[in-house]
Amino acid sequence: MTAKFEYLLRLGDNCLVLSQQLSAWCGHGPALEEDLALTNTALDLLGQARLWLSYAGEVEGEGRDEDALAYHRDAHQFRNLLILEQPNGHYGNTIARQFLFDVWHQQLLSGLCQSSDSRIADIAQKSVKESRYHVERSAGLMVALGDGTALSHERMQGAIDKLWPYAHEWFESDAVDAQCAQEGLCPVASSLADPWRGSVKAVLARAALAMPEGAGHQKGGKRGLHTEHLSHLLAPMQVLQRNQPGAQW
Amino acid sequence: MTEVTAEPAQRTEREWPMWEVFIRSQHGLAHKHAGSLHAADSLSAMQHARDVYTRRNEGVSIWVVRASDVVASSPDDKAALFDPAQSKVFRHPTFFPTPDGVKHI
Amino acid sequence: MYAQLVETGTKGVKTLEQMSPQERAWQEKVNAGVKVEPKDWMPDAYRKTLVRQISQHAHSEYVGMLPEANWIARAPTLKRKAILMAKVQDEAGHGLYLYSAVETLGVTRDTVYADLLSGKAKYSSIFNYPTLTWADIGAVGWLVDGSAIVNQVPICRCSYGPYARAMVRVCKEESFHQRQGFDIMVALCNGTAEQKAMAQDALNRWWWPSIAMHGPADEASVNSAQSMAWKIKLNSNDELRQKFIDQTVPQIRFLGLELPDPDLKWNEARGHYDYGQIDWVDFFNVVKGKGPCNEERLAARNKAWDDGAWFRDALTAHADRQDAELLKQAA
Repeated sequence: MTAKFEYLLRLGDNCLVLSQQLSAWCGHGPALEEDLALTNTALDLLGQARLWLSYAGEVEGEGRDEDALAYHRDAHQFRNLLILEQPNGHYGNTIARQFLFDVWHQQLLSGLCQSSDSRIADIAQKSVKESRYHVERSAGLMVALGDGTALSHERMQGAIDKLWPYAHEWFESDAVDAQCAQEGLCPVASSLADPWRGSVKAVLARAALAMPEGAGHQKGGKRGLHTEHLSHLLAPMQVLQRNQPGAQW
Repeated sequence: MTEVTAEPAQRTEREWPMWEVFIRSQHGLAHKHAGSLHAADSLSAMQHARDVYTRRNEGVSIWVVRASDVVASSPDDKAALFDPAQSKVFRHPTFFPTPDGVKHI
Repeated sequence: MYAQLVETGTKGVKTLEQMSPQERAWQEKVNAGVKVEPKDWMPDAYRKTLVRQISQHAHSEYVGMLPEANWIARAPTLKRKAILMAKVQDEAGHGLYLYSAVETLGVTRDTVYADLLSGKAKYSSIFNYPTLTWADIGAVGWLVDGSAIVNQVPICRCSYGPYARAMVRVCKEESFHQRQGFDIMVALCNGTAEQKAMAQDALNRWWWPSIAMHGPADEASVNSAQSMAWKIKLNSNDELRQKFIDQTVPQIRFLGLELPDPDLKWNEARGHYDYGQIDWVDFFNVVKGKGPCNEERLAARNKAWDDGAWFRDALTAHADRQDAELLKQAA
């Protein structure tokens, strides 16, 4: 298990888990246009997941492709951040989660465009364009909902407060992060903290929302220590392949 | 601001306004009307236009216009507005016979 | 079809002589193939029928997202998941194009949508059936979108401009829908015995609803004559149903599946496939709200609407505030 393989799994699992969450809103969104827009984001993230996971499988070199990785690993083998497996809740919870992630993801992808690994740089270059659009959208919605009605304001404040404990895991470096940064594959995880805080602070201010105190403390996703939510999310996702192993679809 | 906790779902009072969407599909071509959608403000309208009308590589430029800002000619005025052009056929080059043996005319 | 049993509100088709001079001139225009556009004069019954037909079609697309969205989470490969998401997104888009078209007739989207939510407006019967397995997703794309294509291509030439143009856009996207459904069926039929059985089962359950979807038999379709005179319906129900059956039977054979109707037989004299009796009692039950999923579909649409009210209101409130700011700055 090389550090690069682990790192690619993290990138892919983040996109896969978040896409799976967002796709649950398809057909159930608060407006027809919004339904289409969120599904678009889910589709973008799924595309990114496929690219990262395919590359991960190649790097591992044991013949696992994107589907083998997505459908045949158990929860403890997933490497996504905990924030992404937090429940969809009401639409405001989903948008808050999306916003906090999008700001980080866009900054990360920008950094990955400079990766010493050309394949990572390629995938990042394609993905960062999508991510830029995602941030525009989720930040815009944060502002409109934070500074909308009294009810929307209360809901968005609640949503941010609830997610805050999980909004720090992405800045922590473990051995895998450290090695990848050292090899020039990716930016140093903690280097993204200040830019993220700056962007988030600015948007929350425009949204008339209070930025919670301190930094988050929940972590473990990168090591496969997940919350109870993940196995519920994975079970339906994997059910057909698990029930009929080897079948082609 | 009234109390906000434990409130039953509100019914939307007002619809999002309607916007007309125009897309330029390739550089050099004119924007063409693609359809309409509802959005609360112009930025959302632009983003939704992009999501709805350019999923299959159909766009390099988007215009969104509030539907209420579009001024349309009335069908009742069709005769007054457009018929007179029919009797000014001399505006078309083919109206004039080209004499034999003359070039570049 | 997506717009079934659309009432015209008229009692028999008028001849040109029976019409007022204004209506006669309008009907002659329609007969000549000139498009009717939004601000043109049109008979009140034509306008009302179009509002019903187009909004029913739009509602069908919106409700139609639900049976297929049901399997996005469980799609068996990432590629199939992406394709299905794109397909369902297209249905949302189709709803949007059609709601836009109906709004040109002087109604607002929210008003017609309220009729769907209250149960007053109909949507296509086909979406009141459950998608029970992954093979259903194949069957729906292949048979339901296949039926839709047969119905929708002619409507691209209908008399009402905005509706015709919306249908052109829809038809461009619809072939992808049918192909991805058929592609799923091909994969299943070339797969394990279990997969093939799943495909057969899905065909068996979706066949009859798909052919009933084209609407009642011609002799039972009281509104067809008027709609056809107005050119908002261009082919009879039986004509389209026959066309769909004729093109689909060879596809069933290609897949190596058993025919879902023992009476499906090629009739050399007619040059078409004969088929068995459709259960119209069942069809009308489903249309009247007693199908397997009617309640569920309507409940889902209502829940999304109610749960989303705070979101829509917030965006409106924010936009108002921004406009007020701009006005203040300009002053």
